[in-house]
Amino acid sequence: MLARRNPQLNAHGELIHLLSIEGLPRAVLTQILDTAGTFLSVSQREVKKVPLLRGKSVFNLFFENSTRTRTTFEIAAKRLSADVINLDIARSSTAKGESLLDTIANLSAMHADMFVVRHAESGAPYLIAQHVAPHVHVVNAGDGRHAHPTQGLLDMYTIRHYKRDFTQLVVAIVGDIQHSRVARSDIHALATLGVPEIRAVGPRTLVPGDLAGMGVRVCHDMAEGIRDADVVIMLRLQNERMGGALLPSAGEFFKSYGLTPDKLALARPDCIVMHPGPINRGVEIDSRVADGSHSVILPQVTFGIAVRMAVMSTIAGNQA
Amino acid sequence: MSTLSLDAEALYAELLRGVRGLLRPGGVLVGIRSGGAWLAERLQADLGLPATPGFISSALHRDDFAQRGLAGGGGATALPFAVEGAHVLLVDDVLYTGRTIRAALNELYDFGRPASVVLAVLVDRGGRELPIEAAFAAARIVLPAAQRLTLAREADGRLDFELRGGAQGR
Repeated sequence: MLARRNPQLNAHGELIHLLSIEGLPRAVLTQILDTAGTFLSVSQREVKKVPLLRGKSVFNLFFENSTRTRTTFEIAAKRLSADVINLDIARSSTAKGESLLDTIANLSAMHADMFVVRHAESGAPYLIAQHVAPHVHVVNAGDGRHAHPTQGLLDMYTIRHYKRDFTQLVVAIVGDIQHSRVARSDIHALATLGVPEIRAVGPRTLVPGDLAGMGVRVCHDMAEGIRDADVVIMLRLQNERMGGALLPSAGEFFKSYGLTPDKLALARPDCIVMHPGPINRGVEIDSRVADGSHSVILPQVTFGIAVRMAVMSTIAGNQA
Repeated sequence: MSTLSLDAEALYAELLRGVRGLLRPGGVLVGIRSGGAWLAERLQADLGLPATPGFISSALHRDDFAQRGLAGGGGATALPFAVEGAHVLLVDDVLYTGRTIRAALNELYDFGRPASVVLAVLVDRGGRELPIEAAFAAARIVLPAAQRLTLAREADGRLDFELRGGAQGR
């Protein structure tokens, strides 16, 4: 049997695409986090730009809507001096029936150097990465329920910023784990970076039982789930999941799993509260928590730019 | 290994003398990471200057990014003073092609417009590829391109030169 190489890494083990955190060695993750630290200060300079991607064209291909992620990728690419082209795919060629690979072939003919891809189908960025020219790099900005690796990395950056060390932490991820690519990316990253206790907290309908196989402790009881946690990651409850068989109502969910000051008091006194955004106040998180002293939700956004700069400059500097 | 021996500590004493003559009143020291930063730290103390010197990383402005990618390590730029209007004395360990200095100047300018910049180095090894010169070099030697000369700092803070590659049979 042929040994299958991780498609994100070249023969030297260097990152050439970022498709998923799963399967990436700890050293690769740590290097991205270290590099992001350097870029964080670029935003505070007189000149908020470095020339690493000067002359390169970055295409933002968002087959699925997103404002925050697309904007932070755009800012990150521009701070690296790249030219950024945003394509609102949902409203263009695909709507006219063009296939994904035809779209990519056409954009490649426009001399794209990097694709930042968000797609509702899990695996779409892998398909693109397999078909681009060797000098073209692909970043997964969220594919289906599968992965959202830059969100996972910026969450790790945030945790490291406030907690310094991963190896003593209890991290609770709360909410709709089943449909969350953020949760999946976070779990892989936390495990790779050596977090000893990762908890998945939520109702049976939204927390898959097979998580135990990934070394995750599944908790259907909120109090048990966040007790003594150092980090609480709240997930957005997606409206489209509401009202169906999975959940009775938003109010019901908030009563059981919404993060209120009372519930947060069970976690460690110095715990941090994270959320990938956009937040639904009064659905998964109480305003007093979202705006409270434990919340690091806005710093996450700031760190997200530096982390995306680190990802783009790292892969652009490595050859296939 | 080469028979060439460069006594980094003896050259440092020479550099200190040179920098004393170059540094303008109110001027600031900026060391290029990593070797130049070690030198700037020691110079700052030995010149009796207050606080810490500036440190600058050339990584974000390197012209070999497309070939080498991000050069890891060394630390980030940290300039604890306003660059705008400052008289800057830039310090590095080895001056070779001049490309690191070019990148460091670009990095410096991202923080403001200095009044002046002069360069002092421990060793000028020749081989310039850009019109960049040092106002002071504690030693000037010529090394073949295949050799790599780098400064190392021992655990006790002592400086040492390491010379690698290309010296066999010469």
